[in-house]
Amino acid sequence: MKLLLVAEYRAGTLLNSYKELIDFSSKLQGDTVMFLVGAENDVPQYDGTLYLADVANFKEYDPQVHKQLLLEVIEKEQPDMVVMVHSSYGWDLAPRIAFALKAAQVSEVIDIVDSTFVVPVCNSKLRRTIEVNSEKCVVTLQAGAFGMETESQGMPVITKIQANSTSSIEFVGYEEAEQGGVDLGKANVIVSGGRGIGKPENIGLIIKLATALGGEYGASRPVVDAEWADHNRQVGTTGQTVSPKLYIACGISGAIQHLAGMKKSEFIVAINTDKDAPITEVADISVIADLKQFLPVLTEKIVSL
Amino acid sequence: MKILVCIKQVPDMESKFKIDGPGQWYDTTDLAWRMNEYDEYAVEQSILIKEELGNSDITVLCIGPRRVQETMKKALAMGCDRGVHVEDDSVHQRDPLEISSIIAEFAKGEQFDLIFTGLQSQDRGSGQVGLFVAEILELPSVSTIISFTCEGKEIEVKRELEGGMKAVVRLQAPVLLTCQLGLNKPRYPTLPNIMKAKRKELSVIDVEQLRKVEPICATKSLFVPEKKNSGLILEGEVSELANELIKHLKEKTSFLA
Ligand SMILES: Cc1cc2nc3c(=O)[nH]c(=O)nc-3n(C[C@H](O)[C@H](O)[C@H](O)COP(=O)(O)OP(=O)(O)OC[C@H]3O[C@@H](n4cnc5c(N)ncnc54)[C@H](O)[C@@H]3O)c2cc1C
Ligand SMILES: Nc1ncnc2c1ncn2[C@@H]1O[C@H](COP(=O)(O)O)[C@@H](O)[C@H]1O
Repeated sequence: MKLLLVAEYRAGTLLNSYKELIDFSSKLQGDTVMFLVGAENDVPQYDGTLYLADVANFKEYDPQVHKQLLLEVIEKEQPDMVVMVHSSYGWDLAPRIAFALKAAQVSEVIDIVDSTFVVPVCNSKLRRTIEVNSEKCVVTLQAGAFGMETESQGMPVITKIQANSTSSIEFVGYEEAEQGGVDLGKANVIVSGGRGIGKPENIGLIIKLATALGGEYGASRPVVDAEWADHNRQVGTTGQTVSPKLYIACGISGAIQHLAGMKKSEFIVAINTDKDAPITEVADISVIADLKQFLPVLTEKIVSL
Repeated sequence: MKILVCIKQVPDMESKFKIDGPGQWYDTTDLAWRMNEYDEYAVEQSILIKEELGNSDITVLCIGPRRVQETMKKALAMGCDRGVHVEDDSVHQRDPLEISSIIAEFAKGEQFDLIFTGLQSQDRGSGQVGLFVAEILELPSVSTIISFTCEGKEIEVKRELEGGMKAVVRLQAPVLLTCQLGLNKPRYPTLPNIMKAKRKELSVIDVEQLRKVEPICATKSLFVPEKKNSGLILEGEVSELANELIKHLKEKTSFLA
């Protein structure tokens, strides 16, 4: 089986996630080649053929241009499978490639069992296995599902590629994340509130517990989107990545994008009414309770210790 | 602007899921249904555009069994003008390309200036349907938008990337855009608007009239993952729970010691 691995380069740097692609391919024991729109002085540690399109000419992500470049390589290499990470790059590029190839696409793969792909369903509460019936297929891997541990090494043999680079989309530039505010990365204890807090006033329950423990408070995305907390409090793939000694998740279901930001915490407590919430899968202790009743009692007891 | 919004009905994610008989989907009895969260942002954005520009018409489309009309009524009550229900009891068995081609088949002659979908559906979460529709219709498309502005046909959107970074992208209508959480603040329908929505046009099309492609991938099985975590689960009365949690934190962490 031949795999084409699509590495990613963003805002002037090669992303490490190419290692997950290599890990995946070594599990499948496939032959590989790699594709990158990037720079010659910043290439993956990989001992195979790297098809490189120079980012100076082809620019950072424009779906139409990157699609043309990738299709050139596919035409030449005829891979059985095109593999990307399920990132803002991968989930955008993958369907365009799949459609052009009349190939099935499987999104957010976390495992392969008996040549079917395993993907999460319903916020990871269920799993689905998918069987592909097209000749080629395009898959995106859930970020973090495959390890970085496979020793990737060596220097790639670079083949430069070109393609038509006209596009009806103009990439104007990047806007950096809002800076300033708290650096949650420094906190020893973080107490985070999720949609389960129910209403904006209840962020007070989260703050009080955080204060009682001498820590900071954080939030999941819906709480930030609703403006119940500032963006610099958000934990997760589109917020901050934290690894405090103690992380207490209150009313947070544990979506993969939230877990990615906190699962390396030393000790995790979940407070949730739903015993099956995915957060309980990473928690050291899960307290099954209504946070509105539980948090005031807990905080009170901690304060009076 | 002539706008199409595609919405999907999904179960409440806090539900207790069971696997159905054939073992290929979840059991749909006893579930509470709602609009896919991402699609609420798509609906809201189309209404905001109409409010700003006037002279617009918003069609909301949903493929699914009869019960999806309840969710469509919410979109109409929020402010969409008309509904198109593509009736399909087998929607959960279709692959993303089939679903997209059904939508594209409906949209192809209609000359929509803007098509909005959600970034992904909460149950299946493939994140494919929107972009496939764009590819079929040969429309430029941008996924994961968290900001939208337009002047005439000139559109500027921001795409959300990891870590809170954004990419600013410009393009010209007609386009397809997939909406990310936080794009706007989806409104709650008011009672008068719920009443008004009852009189809005909701046409029903049989899926066979729009179905043109065969599936290229299929669900083999659906299952509840094994619990791997050996973490403690504490249940009971809140005061005792608090005592227990404090005890464990004292023993297992350096806090409260
Ligand atoms: C590209 C992308 C990037 C994303 N980035 C992030 C990110 O950086 N950070 C992030 O957090 N999310 C992110 N998300 C969103 C993520 O997918 C989830 O939608 C989000 O994390 C859900 O937040 P939540 O757990 O607070 O809400 P929900 O999933 O709605 O969960 C609420 C939880 O509260 C529980 N609950 C309800 N009432 C109570 C009560 N009274 N007491 C106790 N528990 C209660 C429920 O059982 C449930 O488990 C991203 C999504 C995408 C697609
Ligand atoms: N059955 C459906 N009816 C209408 N629109 C849908 C349907 N399924 C998916 N969509 C749209 O496609 C988006 C992405 O879905 P998915 O590819 O399943 O993650 C959703 O947010 C909807 O906007």
